[in-house]
Amino acid sequence: MNEPIRRLSVVALLLFLILMVAASWVQFATAGELGEDARNVRTLYRQFGSFRGPIIVDGQAIVSSVPVDDPFNYQRVYTDGPLYAPVTGYYSIGPGRSGLEATQNALLNGSADALFWTRLGELFAGQEQEGASVQLTLDADVQRAAYDAMGSNRGAVVALDPRTGAILAMVSTPSYDPAGLAVHSSSEANRLYSALLADQTDPLINRAIGGDTYPPGSTFKLIVAAAALDSGYTPETLIYAPQELALPGTTATIKNYGGERCGASDNIPLGDALRVSCNTAFADLAMRLGWGVIERTAAKFGWDQSLEIPLDVTPSRLPDNPNEPQIAQSGIGQYDVRATPLQMAMVAAAIANNGILMKPYLVSTVRDPDLREIERTSPEVLSSSLSRDTAGALNAMMQAVVADGTGRNAQIAGITVAGKTGTAETGNDAAPHAWFVAFAPANDPVVAVAVLVENGGDLGNEATGGRVAAPIAKAVIQAAIASATGGT
Amino acid sequence: MATVLEVSVRVGRRSEAVLLAIAGAIAIAARAFVDANAGPGIDGSLAVYSAAVVAIAAAAHVLVRLKAPDADPVLLPAVFALNGLGLAMLRRIDFAYLDRGRDTSFAQTQTLWALIGTVSALIVVAVLPDHRLLRRYTYTAGVLGLVGLLLPLAPGLGREVNGARIWVSVFGRSLQPGEFAKIAFVIFFAGYLVSHRDTLALAGPKVLGIRLPRPRDLGPILVVWAAALLVQVAERDLGASLLFFGLFVAMLYVATQRISWVIVGVGLFAVGAVMAGTLFSHVGARYDAWLNALDAEVYDSGKSYQLVQGLFGMASGGLFGTGLGDGSPTLVPYAESDFIMASLGEELGLTGLMAILSLYLVVVQRALRAAIGVRDGFGKLVAAGLGFAMALQLFVVVGGVTRVIPLTGLTTPFLAYGGSSMIANWWGVALLLRISDVARAGATASATAARVAR
Repeated sequence: MNEPIRRLSVVALLLFLILMVAASWVQFATAGELGEDARNVRTLYRQFGSFRGPIIVDGQAIVSSVPVDDPFNYQRVYTDGPLYAPVTGYYSIGPGRSGLEATQNALLNGSADALFWTRLGELFAGQEQEGASVQLTLDADVQRAAYDAMGSNRGAVVALDPRTGAILAMVSTPSYDPAGLAVHSSSEANRLYSALLADQTDPLINRAIGGDTYPPGSTFKLIVAAAALDSGYTPETLIYAPQELALPGTTATIKNYGGERCGASDNIPLGDALRVSCNTAFADLAMRLGWGVIERTAAKFGWDQSLEIPLDVTPSRLPDNPNEPQIAQSGIGQYDVRATPLQMAMVAAAIANNGILMKPYLVSTVRDPDLREIERTSPEVLSSSLSRDTAGALNAMMQAVVADGTGRNAQIAGITVAGKTGTAETGNDAAPHAWFVAFAPANDPVVAVAVLVENGGDLGNEATGGRVAAPIAKAVIQAAIASATGGT
Repeated sequence: MATVLEVSVRVGRRSEAVLLAIAGAIAIAARAFVDANAGPGIDGSLAVYSAAVVAIAAAAHVLVRLKAPDADPVLLPAVFALNGLGLAMLRRIDFAYLDRGRDTSFAQTQTLWALIGTVSALIVVAVLPDHRLLRRYTYTAGVLGLVGLLLPLAPGLGREVNGARIWVSVFGRSLQPGEFAKIAFVIFFAGYLVSHRDTLALAGPKVLGIRLPRPRDLGPILVVWAAALLVQVAERDLGASLLFFGLFVAMLYVATQRISWVIVGVGLFAVGAVMAGTLFSHVGARYDAWLNALDAEVYDSGKSYQLVQGLFGMASGGLFGTGLGDGSPTLVPYAESDFIMASLGEELGLTGLMAILSLYLVVVQRALRAAIGVRDGFGKLVAAGLGFAMALQLFVVVGGVTRVIPLTGLTTPFLAYGGSSMIANWWGVALLLRISDVARAGATASATAARVAR
């Protein structure tokens, strides 16, 4: 019986060889492929299991990774989550990542090229890979003031430093808490994510820069006024401002707010037209100037251009080849004119900064784990929107809006505020959107702000930009000026 | 007789002691790594454990030296090393479950089973002077094997776990009698075949160039074997039916030396496998989960979830593993039993898995070597049967986990959590020690005789 036993031992050896080849196949040959499989939570563990850099505002980490005793080793913690969520986004084993957590991912997790030498050092020291810290331009006080002032309203606030483009506040409401999505249970994270997606109020959308853009309403009159001033008008130039403007080729008309007249006569100065936000005057002015002039002016403020701050900003849009009635509607920020709150803040900032539009940015510095600075954003001119004179004239006109026009609610004792209201019809039966754009102090601006309150907020159909949005802008401006003077 | 003593020292009791020391060191080191990386850190319990390992290894060595002085010196250390790795891994898995809020005590229970297994195996070595005594109990073994297989089907006694009805509940403890049936059937097959091998091989009509045995020669064994297979199919114990079928064919081949039986057996198996796949939905599902494991549809239905998670685990281990205590083995369902190899592959890497497979291969080859060395046919068949059964069992389990063959449930000897398997496999080792003792004693005796004659 020895011969068959010998053969049996060869068979046994073959069986083991097959197993060894199979094990090598799984653990070596196809290991990479299996490791990249989306269903492999171990890959998530590795990805989520390293120390991810913090996101910092005013020296305080608003997002950080703290060690925990579970397979992921670190838990992403969001301080004041809803306050900063539109900017930070979330970092989740369920729906993935968004916001700065997505755009700055390579820096935060330490895999960016800029961190090559840091990684090399860690490798030799036998340390685990650590991410860089990302310092934001946001000012915690301004952000808080904007968020609190928005209250239960749906909408957005953007505050810029007009001199640099640094974003001081970016608020979108209603918001959500990224902490909920950061739980280490993909089913729980996905469940919450689905609920947020299904929420009719769209809490996941950063209204300040993304998702739906809004008709800017009367705030767009700043663009038309700028176009007029650049075309030789002065604030004193009399323009046609009837009680009701017939639109050529149609039976439709444009009326003023409440059907009122804009002035004593049918011809009023351009400055007054802006101060009282005269619809008929700007509709007529838009038709007289022609669409091409308005389009070119708007483009110099950023319309129809994509922008990364480094979050992706949805381009604000203008209508294509509008006819005369459509130009008239567009002149008062209706029809197909659309803008993000950031875009409107940029309009205010460019006017405030003597016509020079600075590129908005959110990230000021990036530091490696040893706190060495590896990136710093320097202010950059985005475009020359206006001539210095035009900017000066518009500045004065906007001061009048707050001093003695539709924007009185933004007045601050001891500080000259320049602003413009907007009340944008939304087309259907819904209440209008309330806008306010402003900057202050008017003679030496340190902050430019845009406020949007969807569907008039608490006031609904009674809302105007002056009533609903201006007080919010005022709160933001006060916080920004307090911060600027306190800081210097 | 002084020369005989000299020779018996040469057959390796001293190497066995050295190898046992290495195996013990592996067991203790593995547990230390687990305690340090996954547990509360190294504390006094490690010292207690180490002392126990040293004590049991020393006891085993002394007993084998006294009772089976010529036994194979590699068997015991290899099994000790496997046992130690298994206990460390189970302890690691306990910690992993504890992290996830599940309180398990696999390692503690299994340590007890390992202790019972080792001690009972040593008792077998001590009280069984000669393996040939077992031949008297050929039919008793056959009946016991069948009864063992049937027990889980008994109402009130049997328990169905995860679709397989292979457990019986005794005094609140679950028992897998099939594990013991394996040993019983090896003894039955060996005893029967050694008595009937000549008639099986030589008498009978020739059909298509293959000499078929007379029905009365093959009948009893065929009845037992078919009954065993039927029972296992009824219990949905696919892995075990595969193991028994292969074991039977292999032992028949060894007994009759006829390759034609292997061809017939493999042919029958192929037909059976295809038929089972089309007839039984649970078998068809296994095929599907095996062939299309990574398909989204199959995976999402849950059919291949465990298999794929096991593959992910092993893949993440790579060449050198995550290190004991640093992986996530419990992501795989049944990481402590059916998928213990995936757990080990993840934390010890391909290197560790190769080492473990090599340990098994050593045990298998040593068993087959004893089969060649021993002179009586019964001993040859028992040793060959036990050795090949282990090879086959490993192939079915590890092949299932590494996707060589469809996944079926079988325990991994000495590693997987489970008392029945642990004890039964230790008994197998005891028989192998006994047979190898006889085999090598014969060889050394003749060598001595040859030297004396010179």
